[in-house]
Amino acid sequence: MRRPLLIALAMLFAFAVIVLPVAAIFTRAFAEGAGVWLSAITAPETRAAIWLTILTALIVLPINIVFGLCAAWAIARFRFPGRRALLILIEIPFAISPIVAGLCFLLVYGAYGPVGAALQPYGLQLMFNLTGIVLVSLFVTCPFVVREVLPVLAVTGEDEERAALTLGASGWQIFSYVTFPNITWPLLYGAILATARAIGEFGAVSVVSGAIRGQTMTLPLQIELLYNDYNTTGAFAAATVLALLALVTLILRGLIAAFHPARGATS
Amino acid sequence: MPILQTPLDAVRRRRRSPLPGLGLTLGVTVTFVTLIVLLPLAGLGWQLAQLGISDYLFVMSDERTLAALRVTITAALLATLVNGVFGLLLAWVLVRYRFPGRAALDALVDLPFALPTSVAGIALVALYAQDGWIGSLLAPLGLQVAYSWWGIVVAMVFTSVPFAVRAIQPLIEELDPAEEAAATTLGASRWQTFRAIILPQLMPGILTGTGLSFVRSLGEFGAVIFIAGNIPYETEIASLLIMIRLDEFDYPAAAAIAGTMLALSLVLLVAINIAQTRLYRRFERGS
Repeated sequence: MRRPLLIALAMLFAFAVIVLPVAAIFTRAFAEGAGVWLSAITAPETRAAIWLTILTALIVLPINIVFGLCAAWAIARFRFPGRRALLILIEIPFAISPIVAGLCFLLVYGAYGPVGAALQPYGLQLMFNLTGIVLVSLFVTCPFVVREVLPVLAVTGEDEERAALTLGASGWQIFSYVTFPNITWPLLYGAILATARAIGEFGAVSVVSGAIRGQTMTLPLQIELLYNDYNTTGAFAAATVLALLALVTLILRGLIAAFHPARGATS
Repeated sequence: MPILQTPLDAVRRRRRSPLPGLGLTLGVTVTFVTLIVLLPLAGLGWQLAQLGISDYLFVMSDERTLAALRVTITAALLATLVNGVFGLLLAWVLVRYRFPGRAALDALVDLPFALPTSVAGIALVALYAQDGWIGSLLAPLGLQVAYSWWGIVVAMVFTSVPFAVRAIQPLIEELDPAEEAAATTLGASRWQTFRAIILPQLMPGILTGTGLSFVRSLGEFGAVIFIAGNIPYETEIASLLIMIRLDEFDYPAAAAIAGTMLALSLVLLVAINIAQTRLYRRFERGS
Protein backbone atom coordinates (compact mmCIF):
# COMPACT_ATOMS: atom_id res chain seq x y z
CA MET A 1 0.00 0.00 0.00
CA ARG A 2 2.92 2.30 0.70
CA ARG A 3 4.79 1.00 -2.33
CA PRO A 4 2.57 2.52 -5.07
CA LEU A 5 2.58 5.83 -3.22
CA LEU A 6 6.37 6.01 -3.01
CA ILE A 7 6.79 4.95 -6.65
CA ALA A 8 4.27 7.55 -7.76
CA LEU A 9 5.98 10.25 -5.70
CA ALA A 10 9.43 9.39 -7.14
CA MET A 11 8.03 9.31 -10.69
CA LEU A 12 6.28 12.64 -10.16
CA PHE A 13 9.46 14.27 -8.85
CA ALA A 14 11.56 12.91 -11.74
CA PHE A 15 8.91 13.99 -14.22
CA ALA A 16 8.53 17.53 -12.89
CA VAL A 17 12.18 18.18 -12.14
CA ILE A 18 13.99 16.29 -14.91
CA VAL A 19 11.65 15.38 -17.81
CA LEU A 20 9.63 18.58 -18.12
CA PRO A 21 12.62 20.92 -18.63
CA VAL A 22 13.96 18.76 -21.47
CA ALA A 23 10.51 18.49 -23.02
CA ALA A 24 10.20 22.28 -22.78
CA ILE A 25 13.39 22.76 -24.82
CA PHE A 26 12.11 20.70 -27.74
CA THR A 27 8.61 22.19 -27.61
CA ARG A 28 9.95 25.73 -27.68
CA ALA A 29 12.52 24.95 -30.38
CA PHE A 30 9.92 23.46 -32.71
CA ALA A 31 7.13 25.88 -31.77
CA GLU A 32 7.42 27.66 -35.12
CA GLY A 33 7.96 24.52 -37.16
CA ALA A 34 10.89 22.40 -38.28
CA GLY A 35 11.84 24.87 -41.01
CA VAL A 36 12.45 27.68 -38.52
CA TRP A 37 14.38 25.25 -36.30
CA LEU A 38 16.61 24.23 -39.19
CA SER A 39 17.33 27.79 -40.27
CA ALA A 40 18.05 28.68 -36.64
CA ILE A 41 20.71 26.00 -36.16
CA THR A 42 22.27 26.75 -39.55
CA ALA A 43 22.49 30.50 -38.91
CA PRO A 44 26.12 31.59 -39.49
CA GLU A 45 26.91 32.47 -35.87
CA THR A 46 25.37 29.28 -34.52
CA ARG A 47 27.23 27.26 -37.14
CA ALA A 48 30.48 28.93 -36.12
CA ALA A 49 29.69 28.11 -32.48
CA ILE A 50 28.99 24.46 -33.32
CA TRP A 51 32.26 24.24 -35.23
CA LEU A 52 34.27 25.86 -32.41
CA THR A 53 32.70 23.45 -29.93
CA ILE A 54 33.61 20.45 -32.09
CA LEU A 55 37.12 21.79 -32.64
CA THR A 56 37.62 22.25 -28.89
CA ALA A 57 36.38 18.72 -28.20
CA LEU A 58 38.66 17.31 -30.92
CA ILE A 59 41.72 19.02 -29.43
CA VAL A 60 40.86 18.20 -25.82
CA LEU A 61 40.03 14.52 -26.38
CA PRO A 62 43.47 13.19 -27.50
CA ILE A 63 45.28 15.26 -24.85
CA ASN A 64 42.92 13.87 -22.21
CA ILE A 65 43.51 10.30 -23.37
CA VAL A 66 47.32 10.62 -23.41
CA PHE A 67 47.37 12.38 -20.03
CA GLY A 68 44.84 9.96 -18.52
CA LEU A 69 46.77 6.89 -19.63
CA CYS A 70 50.11 8.30 -18.48
CA ALA A 71 48.76 9.32 -15.09
CA ALA A 72 46.95 6.01 -14.57
CA TRP A 73 50.06 4.00 -15.56
CA ALA A 74 52.44 5.99 -13.37
CA ILE A 75 50.14 5.98 -10.34
CA ALA A 76 48.93 2.37 -10.62
CA ARG A 77 52.28 0.75 -11.45
CA PHE A 78 54.84 2.71 -9.45
CA ARG A 79 55.34 4.16 -5.99
CA PHE A 80 57.02 7.50 -5.75
CA PRO A 81 57.04 10.38 -3.30
CA GLY A 82 54.07 12.69 -3.78
CA ARG A 83 51.93 9.98 -5.38
CA ARG A 84 48.94 10.65 -3.15
CA ALA A 85 49.29 14.40 -3.60
CA LEU A 86 49.35 13.93 -7.36
CA LEU A 87 46.09 11.98 -7.21
CA ILE A 88 44.43 14.66 -5.11
CA LEU A 89 45.61 17.35 -7.55
CA ILE A 90 44.12 15.40 -10.48
CA GLU A 91 40.77 15.12 -8.67
CA ILE A 92 40.67 18.75 -7.56
CA PRO A 93 39.00 20.12 -10.74
CA PHE A 94 35.83 18.22 -9.75
CA ALA A 95 35.72 20.17 -6.49
CA ILE A 96 36.17 23.62 -8.00
CA SER A 97 33.26 25.62 -9.35
CA PRO A 98 33.47 26.65 -13.03
CA ILE A 99 33.74 30.40 -12.46
CA VAL A 100 36.50 29.99 -9.90
CA ALA A 101 38.33 27.70 -12.34
CA GLY A 102 38.09 30.24 -15.15
CA LEU A 103 39.29 33.00 -12.82
CA CYS A 104 42.34 30.93 -11.78
CA PHE A 105 43.37 30.63 -15.44
CA LEU A 106 42.87 34.33 -16.06
CA LEU A 107 45.07 35.18 -13.07
CA VAL A 108 48.00 33.15 -14.44
CA TYR A 109 47.62 33.01 -18.20
CA GLY A 110 45.81 36.34 -18.72
CA ALA A 111 47.56 39.54 -19.84
CA TYR A 112 48.11 40.59 -16.20
CA GLY A 113 49.15 37.14 -15.00
CA PRO A 114 52.80 36.10 -14.65
CA VAL A 115 52.78 33.61 -17.55
CA GLY A 116 50.53 35.69 -19.78
CA ALA A 117 52.62 38.84 -19.23
CA ALA A 118 55.85 36.95 -19.97
CA LEU A 119 54.50 35.68 -23.28
CA GLN A 120 53.01 38.99 -24.39
CA PRO A 121 56.23 40.49 -25.84
CA TYR A 122 56.35 37.51 -28.21
CA GLY A 123 52.84 38.26 -29.43
CA LEU A 124 51.43 35.18 -27.75
CA GLN A 125 48.02 35.55 -26.17
CA LEU A 126 46.60 32.58 -24.27
CA MET A 127 43.26 33.87 -22.97
CA PHE A 128 40.13 35.09 -24.78
CA ASN A 129 40.75 32.79 -27.74
CA LEU A 130 40.73 29.10 -28.68
CA THR A 131 43.83 28.39 -26.54
CA GLY A 132 42.07 29.71 -23.46
CA ILE A 133 38.94 27.67 -24.17
CA VAL A 134 41.04 24.52 -24.66
CA LEU A 135 43.05 25.14 -21.46
CA VAL A 136 40.00 25.51 -19.19
CA SER A 137 38.29 22.60 -20.94
CA LEU A 138 41.33 20.47 -20.10
CA PHE A 139 41.05 21.62 -16.49
CA VAL A 140 37.39 20.68 -16.06
CA THR A 141 37.75 17.32 -17.86
CA CYS A 142 41.15 16.00 -16.75
CA PRO A 143 39.91 13.74 -13.90
CA PHE A 144 37.50 11.68 -16.05
CA VAL A 145 39.86 9.26 -17.87
CA VAL A 146 42.17 8.77 -14.88
CA ARG A 147 39.36 7.97 -12.47
CA GLU A 148 37.94 5.32 -14.84
CA VAL A 149 41.21 3.71 -15.95
CA LEU A 150 43.21 3.80 -12.71
CA PRO A 151 40.96 1.49 -10.61
CA VAL A 152 40.89 -1.10 -13.42
CA LEU A 153 44.67 -0.99 -13.83
CA ALA A 154 45.10 -1.35 -10.08
CA VAL A 155 42.69 -4.30 -9.85
CA THR A 156 44.10 -6.10 -12.91
CA GLY A 157 47.56 -6.24 -11.37
CA GLU A 158 50.79 -6.42 -13.29
CA ASP A 159 51.52 -10.14 -13.49
CA GLU A 160 50.71 -10.32 -17.21
CA GLU A 161 52.82 -7.25 -17.91
CA ARG A 162 55.77 -8.69 -15.97
CA ALA A 163 55.40 -11.94 -17.92
CA ALA A 164 55.50 -9.99 -21.18
CA LEU A 165 58.59 -8.17 -19.95
CA THR A 166 60.45 -11.42 -19.20
CA LEU A 167 59.50 -12.64 -22.67
CA GLY A 168 61.36 -9.66 -24.10
CA ALA A 169 58.50 -7.33 -24.98
CA SER A 170 59.29 -3.64 -25.30
CA GLY A 171 57.41 -1.05 -23.25
CA TRP A 172 55.21 -0.13 -26.18
CA GLN A 173 54.49 -3.81 -26.96
CA ILE A 174 53.51 -4.44 -23.35
CA PHE A 175 51.13 -1.52 -23.45
CA SER A 176 49.49 -2.29 -26.78
CA TYR A 177 49.21 -6.10 -26.43
CA VAL A 178 48.77 -6.62 -22.69
CA THR A 179 47.60 -3.46 -20.92
CA PHE A 180 45.43 -1.77 -23.52
CA PRO A 181 42.98 -4.68 -24.10
CA ASN A 182 42.23 -4.65 -20.35
CA ILE A 183 41.42 -0.96 -20.19
CA THR A 184 39.68 -0.35 -23.53
CA TRP A 185 36.22 -0.01 -22.02
CA PRO A 186 37.06 2.19 -19.03
CA LEU A 187 39.13 4.35 -21.37
CA LEU A 188 36.21 4.71 -23.76
CA TYR A 189 33.85 5.39 -20.86
CA GLY A 190 36.08 8.10 -19.41
CA ALA A 191 36.68 9.63 -22.83
CA ILE A 192 32.94 9.86 -23.51
CA LEU A 193 32.25 11.55 -20.17
CA ALA A 194 35.16 13.96 -20.67
CA THR A 195 34.06 14.87 -24.18
CA ALA A 196 30.47 15.45 -23.09
CA ARG A 197 31.73 17.76 -20.35
CA ALA A 198 34.08 19.60 -22.73
CA ILE A 199 31.23 20.19 -25.16
CA GLY A 200 28.84 21.42 -22.50
CA GLU A 201 31.11 23.46 -20.22
CA PHE A 202 29.68 26.93 -19.71
CA GLY A 203 30.97 28.79 -16.65
CA ALA A 204 34.72 28.26 -16.97
CA VAL A 205 34.67 28.85 -20.73
CA SER A 206 32.59 32.01 -20.38
CA VAL A 207 35.30 33.55 -18.17
CA VAL A 208 38.11 33.02 -20.66
CA SER A 209 36.33 33.06 -24.03
CA GLY A 210 36.31 36.82 -24.58
CA ALA A 211 32.82 36.42 -26.03
CA ILE A 212 33.62 37.58 -29.55
CA ARG A 213 30.56 36.94 -31.71
CA GLY A 214 31.04 34.28 -34.35
CA GLN A 215 34.62 33.70 -33.19
CA THR A 216 35.08 32.65 -29.56
CA MET A 217 31.53 31.57 -28.73
CA THR A 218 31.13 27.87 -28.05
CA LEU A 219 27.63 26.45 -28.40
CA PRO A 220 26.71 26.72 -24.69
CA LEU A 221 27.80 30.39 -24.74
CA GLN A 222 25.96 31.00 -28.01
CA ILE A 223 22.75 29.83 -26.29
CA GLU A 224 23.13 32.55 -23.68
CA LEU A 225 23.95 35.15 -26.33
CA LEU A 226 20.91 34.30 -28.45
CA TYR A 227 18.71 34.21 -25.36
CA ASN A 228 19.87 37.65 -24.23
CA ASP A 229 19.27 38.91 -27.79
CA TYR A 230 15.62 37.84 -27.36
CA ASN A 231 16.19 35.31 -30.14
CA THR A 232 14.42 32.65 -28.07
CA THR A 233 13.76 30.26 -30.92
CA GLY A 234 17.42 30.42 -31.93
CA ALA A 235 18.51 29.76 -28.35
CA PHE A 236 16.18 26.79 -27.93
CA ALA A 237 17.15 25.41 -31.34
CA ALA A 238 20.83 25.54 -30.35
CA ALA A 239 19.87 23.94 -27.03
CA THR A 240 18.25 20.98 -28.82
CA VAL A 241 21.62 20.13 -30.38
CA LEU A 242 23.28 19.94 -26.95
CA ALA A 243 20.29 18.18 -25.38
CA LEU A 244 20.44 15.50 -28.10
CA LEU A 245 24.18 15.09 -27.47
CA ALA A 246 23.44 14.68 -23.76
CA LEU A 247 20.88 11.96 -24.54
CA VAL A 248 23.36 10.19 -26.82
CA THR A 249 25.97 10.34 -24.04
CA LEU A 250 23.51 8.77 -21.61
CA ILE A 251 22.65 6.01 -24.08
CA LEU A 252 26.35 5.26 -24.77
CA ARG A 253 27.00 5.16 -21.02
CA GLY A 254 24.09 2.82 -20.54
CA LEU A 255 25.30 0.53 -23.33
CA ILE A 256 28.83 0.34 -21.95
CA ALA A 257 27.49 -0.35 -18.47
CA ALA A 258 25.15 -3.04 -19.86
CA PHE A 259 27.83 -4.86 -21.86
CA HIS A 260 30.51 -4.39 -19.24
CA PRO A 261 28.66 -4.55 -15.93
CA ALA A 262 31.89 -4.22 -13.96
CA ARG A 263 32.33 -0.76 -15.44
CA GLY A 264 28.90 0.47 -14.56
CA ALA A 265 29.49 -0.50 -10.96
CA THR A 266 32.41 1.79 -10.25
CA SER A 267 30.79 5.04 -11.20
CA MET B 1 31.13 9.44 -6.47
CA PRO B 2 33.39 10.46 -3.61
CA ILE B 3 35.64 13.34 -4.47
CA LEU B 4 39.20 13.40 -3.17
CA GLN B 5 38.97 9.73 -2.36
CA THR B 6 41.41 7.51 -4.14
CA PRO B 7 41.55 3.81 -4.96
CA LEU B 8 45.04 3.38 -3.60
CA ASP B 9 44.28 0.40 -1.40
CA ALA B 10 43.90 -1.92 -4.37
CA VAL B 11 47.55 -1.41 -5.27
CA ARG B 12 49.93 -3.88 -3.70
CA ARG B 13 52.80 -2.48 -1.73
CA ARG B 14 56.17 -3.25 -3.27
CA ARG B 15 59.65 -1.92 -3.54
CA ARG B 16 60.42 -1.16 -7.13
CA SER B 17 58.56 -2.24 -10.23
CA PRO B 18 60.59 -3.64 -13.12
CA LEU B 19 58.02 -2.33 -15.59
CA PRO B 20 59.16 0.41 -17.96
CA GLY B 21 57.70 3.85 -18.56
CA LEU B 22 57.92 5.56 -15.18
CA GLY B 23 60.02 8.43 -16.48
CA LEU B 24 57.89 9.13 -19.54
CA THR B 25 54.45 8.73 -17.95
CA LEU B 26 55.32 10.55 -14.76
CA GLY B 27 56.96 13.32 -16.77
CA VAL B 28 53.85 13.83 -18.91
CA THR B 29 51.59 13.66 -15.85
CA VAL B 30 53.57 16.13 -13.75
CA THR B 31 53.93 18.57 -16.65
CA PHE B 32 50.21 18.45 -17.38
CA VAL B 33 49.14 18.74 -13.75
CA THR B 34 51.56 21.62 -13.20
CA LEU B 35 50.33 23.62 -16.20
CA ILE B 36 46.63 22.82 -15.99
CA VAL B 37 45.92 22.42 -12.26
CA LEU B 38 48.76 23.59 -10.06
CA LEU B 39 49.73 26.87 -11.75
CA PRO B 40 46.15 28.21 -12.01
CA LEU B 41 45.51 27.33 -8.34
CA ALA B 42 48.80 28.96 -7.38
CA GLY B 43 47.68 32.00 -9.37
CA LEU B 44 44.62 32.39 -7.17
CA GLY B 45 46.74 31.89 -4.05
CA TRP B 46 49.28 34.44 -5.28
CA GLN B 47 46.57 37.02 -6.00
CA LEU B 48 45.08 36.46 -2.54
CA ALA B 49 48.49 36.76 -0.88
CA GLN B 50 49.05 40.11 -2.59
CA LEU B 51 45.68 41.28 -1.39
CA GLY B 52 46.48 41.24 2.32
CA ILE B 53 44.05 40.73 5.16
CA SER B 54 42.60 44.24 5.40
CA ASP B 55 41.82 44.43 1.66
CA TYR B 56 40.35 40.96 1.80
CA LEU B 57 38.08 41.93 4.68
CA PHE B 58 37.13 45.12 2.86
CA VAL B 59 35.93 43.13 -0.17
CA MET B 60 34.20 40.50 1.90
CA SER B 61 32.39 42.94 4.20
CA ASP B 62 30.93 44.80 1.23
CA GLU B 63 27.12 44.72 1.44
CA ARG B 64 26.79 43.34 -2.07
CA THR B 65 29.29 40.53 -1.44
CA LEU B 66 27.58 39.56 1.79
CA ALA B 67 24.17 39.60 0.10
CA ALA B 68 25.47 37.40 -2.74
CA LEU B 69 26.95 34.92 -0.26
CA ARG B 70 23.72 34.89 1.74
CA VAL B 71 21.60 34.28 -1.37
CA THR B 72 23.94 31.52 -2.59
CA ILE B 73 24.29 29.70 0.71
CA THR B 74 20.62 29.82 1.73
CA ALA B 75 19.47 28.66 -1.70
CA ALA B 76 22.09 25.88 -1.71
CA LEU B 77 20.94 24.77 1.76
CA LEU B 78 17.30 24.49 0.73
CA ALA B 79 18.23 22.76 -2.55
CA THR B 80 20.36 20.29 -0.60
CA LEU B 81 17.52 19.58 1.82
CA VAL B 82 15.16 18.90 -1.09
CA ASN B 83 17.77 16.68 -2.76
CA GLY B 84 18.41 14.81 0.48
CA VAL B 85 14.73 13.91 0.86
CA PHE B 86 13.99 13.17 -2.80
CA GLY B 87 17.39 11.61 -3.40
CA LEU B 88 16.64 9.12 -0.64
CA LEU B 89 13.17 8.50 -2.06
CA LEU B 90 14.43 7.98 -5.62
CA ALA B 91 17.29 5.74 -4.50
CA TRP B 92 14.93 3.67 -2.34
CA VAL B 93 12.35 3.23 -5.09
CA LEU B 94 15.04 2.38 -7.66
CA VAL B 95 16.69 -0.30 -5.51
CA ARG B 96 13.78 -1.87 -3.67
CA TYR B 97 10.89 -1.87 -6.13
CA ARG B 98 10.42 -3.43 -9.57
CA PHE B 99 7.92 -1.57 -11.71
CA PRO B 100 7.46 -0.64 -15.36
CA GLY B 101 9.68 2.31 -16.22
CA ARG B 102 12.26 1.61 -13.53
CA ALA B 103 15.16 1.41 -16.00
CA ALA B 104 14.03 4.66 -17.63
CA LEU B 105 13.81 6.36 -14.23
CA ASP B 106 17.30 5.11 -13.37
CA ALA B 107 18.73 6.53 -16.61
CA LEU B 108 16.83 9.82 -16.15
CA VAL B 109 18.57 10.50 -12.85
CA ASP B 110 21.84 11.06 -14.74
CA LEU B 111 20.32 13.51 -17.20
CA PRO B 112 21.16 16.63 -15.14
CA PHE B 113 24.83 15.53 -15.18
CA ALA B 114 24.79 15.08 -18.94
CA LEU B 115 22.82 18.20 -19.84
CA PRO B 116 25.01 21.30 -20.30
CA THR B 117 24.17 23.88 -17.64
CA SER B 118 23.18 26.67 -20.02
CA VAL B 119 20.70 24.29 -21.66
CA ALA B 120 19.31 23.46 -18.24
CA GLY B 121 19.11 27.17 -17.50
CA ILE B 122 16.97 28.19 -20.46
CA ALA B 123 14.87 25.03 -20.08
CA LEU B 124 14.03 25.93 -16.49
CA VAL B 125 13.15 29.52 -17.41
CA ALA B 126 10.88 28.25 -20.18
CA LEU B 127 9.16 26.06 -17.63
CA TYR B 128 8.83 28.48 -14.72
CA ALA B 129 8.29 31.80 -16.51
CA GLN B 130 4.78 33.30 -16.31
CA ASP B 131 3.80 31.70 -19.61
CA GLY B 132 5.60 28.39 -18.95
CA TRP B 133 3.95 25.07 -18.18
CA ILE B 134 4.62 25.25 -14.45
CA GLY B 135 4.88 29.02 -14.13
CA SER B 136 1.38 29.53 -15.52
CA LEU B 137 0.01 27.11 -12.92
CA LEU B 138 1.77 28.91 -10.08
CA ALA B 139 0.97 32.46 -11.20
CA PRO B 140 -2.73 32.40 -10.14
CA LEU B 141 -1.55 31.30 -6.68
CA GLY B 142 0.64 34.39 -6.51
CA LEU B 143 3.83 32.30 -6.62
CA GLN B 144 6.71 33.45 -8.77
CA VAL B 145 9.65 31.09 -9.23
CA ALA B 146 11.46 32.47 -12.27
CA TYR B 147 13.52 35.61 -11.56
CA SER B 148 13.32 35.08 -7.81
CA TRP B 149 15.29 33.34 -5.05
CA TRP B 150 13.07 30.27 -5.55
CA GLY B 151 14.27 30.02 -9.13
CA ILE B 152 17.84 29.74 -7.87
CA VAL B 153 16.76 26.87 -5.60
CA VAL B 154 15.01 25.10 -8.50
CA ALA B 155 18.12 25.37 -10.70
CA MET B 156 20.34 24.06 -7.89
CA VAL B 157 17.98 21.14 -7.23
CA PHE B 158 18.06 20.20 -10.91
CA THR B 159 21.84 20.27 -11.31
CA SER B 160 22.72 18.43 -8.12
CA VAL B 161 20.00 15.83 -7.57
CA PRO B 162 22.06 12.98 -9.17
CA PHE B 163 24.74 13.38 -6.47
CA ALA B 164 22.25 12.52 -3.73
CA VAL B 165 20.65 9.59 -5.56
CA ARG B 166 23.93 8.01 -6.68
CA ALA B 167 25.57 8.34 -3.27
CA ILE B 168 22.66 6.72 -1.40
CA GLN B 169 21.78 3.99 -3.95
CA PRO B 170 24.71 1.58 -3.30
CA LEU B 171 24.12 1.66 0.47
CA ILE B 172 20.47 0.66 0.03
CA GLU B 173 21.64 -2.23 -2.14
CA GLU B 174 23.84 -3.41 0.73
CA LEU B 175 21.06 -3.31 3.35
CA ASP B 176 20.04 -6.71 4.66
CA PRO B 177 16.24 -7.05 4.39
CA ALA B 178 16.39 -9.71 7.12
CA GLU B 179 17.22 -6.99 9.66
CA GLU B 180 14.09 -5.08 8.72
CA ALA B 181 12.04 -8.28 8.92
CA ALA B 182 13.52 -8.97 12.37
CA ALA B 183 12.59 -5.49 13.53
CA THR B 184 9.04 -5.97 12.27
CA THR B 185 8.64 -9.34 14.06
CA LEU B 186 9.87 -7.69 17.24
CA GLY B 187 6.95 -5.30 16.94
CA ALA B 188 8.63 -2.24 15.49
CA SER B 189 6.46 0.07 13.44
CA ARG B 190 7.49 1.00 9.91
CA TRP B 191 8.69 4.37 11.16
CA GLN B 192 10.69 2.77 13.99
CA THR B 193 12.31 0.32 11.55
CA PHE B 194 13.20 3.20 9.26
CA ARG B 195 14.61 5.34 12.08
CA ALA B 196 16.47 2.65 13.99
CA ILE B 197 17.53 0.16 11.31
CA ILE B 198 17.59 1.77 7.87
CA LEU B 199 18.53 5.41 8.39
CA PRO B 200 21.68 4.86 10.47
CA GLN B 201 23.12 2.51 7.84
CA LEU B 202 22.38 4.99 5.06
CA MET B 203 23.93 7.94 6.90
CA PRO B 204 27.34 7.78 5.16
CA GLY B 205 25.63 7.92 1.78
CA ILE B 206 23.21 10.65 2.78
CA LEU B 207 26.10 12.67 4.17
CA THR B 208 28.20 12.30 1.03
CA GLY B 209 25.26 12.88 -1.28
CA THR B 210 24.00 16.00 0.42
CA GLY B 211 27.55 17.29 0.91
CA LEU B 212 28.44 16.96 -2.76
CA SER B 213 25.05 18.35 -3.70
CA PHE B 214 25.68 21.39 -1.49
CA VAL B 215 29.17 22.00 -2.89
CA ARG B 216 27.89 21.71 -6.44
CA SER B 217 25.01 24.10 -5.65
CA LEU B 218 27.39 26.66 -4.16
CA GLY B 219 29.38 26.79 -7.38
CA GLU B 220 26.58 26.37 -9.92
CA PHE B 221 26.55 29.18 -12.46
CA GLY B 222 25.12 28.30 -15.88
CA ALA B 223 21.77 26.92 -14.81
CA VAL B 224 21.22 29.62 -12.17
CA ILE B 225 21.94 32.87 -14.03
CA PHE B 226 19.15 32.34 -16.55
CA ILE B 227 16.42 31.85 -13.97
CA ALA B 228 17.71 34.02 -11.11
CA GLY B 229 16.91 37.48 -12.47
CA ASN B 230 20.34 38.54 -11.15
CA ILE B 231 19.18 41.56 -9.17
CA PRO B 232 22.05 42.79 -6.94
CA TYR B 233 21.41 42.25 -3.20
CA GLU B 234 18.40 40.03 -3.98
CA THR B 235 18.99 37.30 -6.55
CA GLU B 236 22.65 37.70 -7.39
CA ILE B 237 24.72 34.58 -6.67
CA ALA B 238 28.39 34.65 -5.62
CA SER B 239 29.64 33.13 -8.89
CA LEU B 240 27.92 35.89 -10.87
CA LEU B 241 29.41 38.56 -8.62
CA ILE B 242 32.89 37.12 -9.31
CA MET B 243 32.11 37.37 -13.01
CA ILE B 244 30.93 40.99 -12.64
CA ARG B 245 34.09 41.98 -10.71
CA LEU B 246 36.15 40.37 -13.49
CA ASP B 247 34.34 42.38 -16.14
CA GLU B 248 35.20 45.49 -14.12
CA PHE B 249 38.85 44.32 -14.06
CA ASP B 250 38.60 44.27 -10.27
CA TYR B 251 40.71 41.09 -10.07
CA PRO B 252 41.50 41.40 -6.34
CA ALA B 253 37.78 41.51 -5.43
CA ALA B 254 37.04 38.58 -7.77
CA ALA B 255 39.92 36.60 -6.26
CA ALA B 256 38.77 37.35 -2.69
CA ILE B 257 35.24 36.06 -3.33
CA ALA B 258 36.51 33.10 -5.36
CA GLY B 259 39.07 32.19 -2.70
CA THR B 260 36.36 32.23 -0.04
CA MET B 261 34.05 30.01 -2.09
CA LEU B 262 36.90 27.64 -2.91
CA ALA B 263 38.02 27.38 0.72
CA LEU B 264 34.42 26.72 1.79
CA SER B 265 34.06 23.91 -0.79
CA LEU B 266 37.37 22.27 0.08
CA VAL B 267 36.75 22.42 3.82
CA LEU B 268 33.33 20.82 3.30
CA LEU B 269 34.74 18.06 1.08
CA VAL B 270 37.48 17.23 3.56
CA ALA B 271 34.95 17.25 6.41
CA ILE B 272 32.68 14.87 4.47
CA ASN B 273 35.58 12.51 3.87
CA ILE B 274 36.58 12.49 7.53
CA ALA B 275 33.01 12.06 8.75
CA GLN B 276 32.41 9.28 6.25
CA THR B 277 35.48 7.34 7.36
CA ARG B 278 34.38 7.66 11.00
CA LEU B 279 30.84 6.48 10.25
CA TYR B 280 32.11 3.43 8.38
CA ARG B 281 34.51 2.62 11.20
CA ARG B 282 31.73 2.83 13.77
CA PHE B 283 29.75 0.35 11.71
CA GLU B 284 32.55 -2.11 11.36
CA ARG B 285 33.07 -2.06 15.11
CA GLY B 286 29.35 -2.42 15.75
CA SER B 287 28.80 -5.46 13.55
